[in-house]
Amino acid sequence: MEKRFASIWFRHLTADWLALRRPTLRNMPFVLAEPVHGRMVITAANALAETQGIHAGMVVADAKAAVPDLQVIDHPPGLTEKLLEALGLWCIRYTPAVAVAPPDGLILDTTGCTHLWGGERPYLKEIVTRLRDKGYDVRMAIAGTIGTARAVAHYGKAEPIISSGAERDALSPLPPAALRLESDAVQRLRKLGLRTIGSFMSMPRTALRRRFGPELVEKLEQALGQADEYIQPLRPIPPYMERLPCLDPIRTATGIEIAIQRLLEVLCKRLAGEGKGLRQAVLRCYRVDGKMVQVAIRTSSPTAHAAHIFKLFALKIPQIEPALGIELFLMEASKIEDADPVQHALWGGMPGPEDATLAELLDKLAGKTGIHKVSRYLPDEHHWPERSYRLASSIGEKPVTTWRTDQPRPTRLLAKPEPIEVSAPVPDYPPMLFRYKGELHPIRKADGPERIEREWWMDKEERRDYYQVEDEDGRRYWLFRSGHYADGQPQQWFLHGFFA
Amino acid sequence: MAVLTEDKRKLIGQLQKHLLRWQGFKSPENSSESIGLGSVERAFPNAVFPIGSIHEFIGTTPEQAAATSGFIGGILAALMRKGGVCLWISTSNRLFPPAIKHFGVEPDRIIFIEARREKDILWALEEALKCDRLIAAVAELPAMDFSQSLRLQLAVEKSRVTGFVLRSNPLRVGNTACAARWQITPLPSESDEGVPGVGLPKWGVELLKVRNGNPGYWELKWSAGQFITVSKPEKVSELPMRNRKIG
Repeated sequence: MEKRFASIWFRHLTADWLALRRPTLRNMPFVLAEPVHGRMVITAANALAETQGIHAGMVVADAKAAVPDLQVIDHPPGLTEKLLEALGLWCIRYTPAVAVAPPDGLILDTTGCTHLWGGERPYLKEIVTRLRDKGYDVRMAIAGTIGTARAVAHYGKAEPIISSGAERDALSPLPPAALRLESDAVQRLRKLGLRTIGSFMSMPRTALRRRFGPELVEKLEQALGQADEYIQPLRPIPPYMERLPCLDPIRTATGIEIAIQRLLEVLCKRLAGEGKGLRQAVLRCYRVDGKMVQVAIRTSSPTAHAAHIFKLFALKIPQIEPALGIELFLMEASKIEDADPVQHALWGGMPGPEDATLAELLDKLAGKTGIHKVSRYLPDEHHWPERSYRLASSIGEKPVTTWRTDQPRPTRLLAKPEPIEVSAPVPDYPPMLFRYKGELHPIRKADGPERIEREWWMDKEERRDYYQVEDEDGRRYWLFRSGHYADGQPQQWFLHGFFA
Repeated sequence: MAVLTEDKRKLIGQLQKHLLRWQGFKSPENSSESIGLGSVERAFPNAVFPIGSIHEFIGTTPEQAAATSGFIGGILAALMRKGGVCLWISTSNRLFPPAIKHFGVEPDRIIFIEARREKDILWALEEALKCDRLIAAVAELPAMDFSQSLRLQLAVEKSRVTGFVLRSNPLRVGNTACAARWQITPLPSESDEGVPGVGLPKWGVELLKVRNGNPGYWELKWSAGQFITVSKPEKVSELPMRNRKIG
């Protein structure tokens, strides 16, 4: 899935927070300051102070000289971090992956979240409106990379939503500072007259690296989506994963078995404790020679039964090639579902398909390499024979409709109807004899026709007129004539099944 | 030849039961339960269809396989009357699920397993027969040798699952450890006088081999959800020579 990120920039984070706490401060210029090397240095200023030329980094004495009625408030230590974290946690309602971007921003991984608000624009509008209502002056942008989202949030002038692939166009008018560069790199760029990102974006990367250091190239590539950038979510989504490092490399099947058992013990205990069961699990084995081998299993119903999952993995152990030895085992439950707590039957009656022991048998069968598929069928509302049943989606699914028995159906159906030669003297009458695989079958008895109309909204097949026929040896067949009777056209007949 | 008196017949019956017990044949616990095969059941020891053992069916042509599927369907319906699940294992599924309902089995209670090779079918069948939560397992196999059948028989003795093996390759019909060997052939259906069309399914049911029982030949038809014996069982001596095998 295409990644999308949103960047939220709090323009006056601490100042806004303070104004909320002390409403009297709202209409006067004030700054927050903290002592640095024995001088009071401004760390944040509100919008009013900024209009009068006060900005963060100034010494308080200078600022006071410029604006005599400036209020100076001590900056509580750790306030910015605490505020950002609290706001980040509040933003988890919009996406599960929120990261703080100190000193004054948040990064939201919005991949797959925005459609819940009806698209990216309403999503962005919703967040900005909510935060502004709270009293924070924010700017926000959504883009395909973290770097671009951040740059546009801080410096963008027109469009806050940058579609993936349009990063280059969005970045080129922005100043180099939008790339979050060190200040001396920014100054050097300015000295050389490179005032926008676009002016150096297409320069050779080697030249840029030589002149401005590797950081500039890295940030540029990250913003353009040519290099990966990761965020550290505030509330990491805990993966169901267990690790088992080995002191000595494991080379034997027994060793692998023990490793799987240990990993499963821990993993299943956690799953069972959370009322979950796994549907898919992957075992990754990191070898001494730097290669990785992996095997995967899947189950038919969510389970946290370690012994059963072990049996499924045991079938796959021969596929694990240890070579010089495995030094790290990693077991991950890649698909998790809520598991119903198992109710053990009090009486040993014959169970239905959802029985746990049975499910384990089916998993075992499905896990074997030679087994093609395990399927269960439910009736489907179609007259067309091939579509009269469908695959059940799960092992416990109950049929919604009943199986029809009003028309005769053959016990064996050919996957594809096979053409036969017939002699049928009268139209719309069963044939007198037919030839199938070189053998002649004179027909003694016949039933039909049963016309099954094609399902024109699904395919383009011809309608079929089915006959149940019995030859002189008592063998019963299901034949059909494809299409309409028309003058002068030969009719194609098919054999479709065998009756009991 | 002296006419057997009542006493002697009773004595012989008792001795036969002793013999069965000494041969390790366990009489099933719920011996009163019939599966609706009528007089065919009398061919088996103690006149009970052996549940929890392997039955093999020889069916070389697709027509025979279709008839056999129907016949097994009828037996499965009786076995699954109280609920439960069965497995149908084959290389390519040719059974038409909606049709099996005509024989009284809910097709959604059959789980179809498709395997690639003969070896995999045998493996799947053995695993299935070990699972005591199943009612029955049906496998379609070209052939099966003695040791393979013995493995299956050992598996069912513990779990009491009934196994059905449909064998399609007659050239390799050897000795097996199965409880019974059947051959089902479709017979011309009988319809009532004056009623045109195909009548009720009718089969020639041949028991080629029965462990501790008597082979025989019957004609059965399937009517209104049950087997109906059409003809009386023939004597073994009247059977064609090829069928006169006593296991």
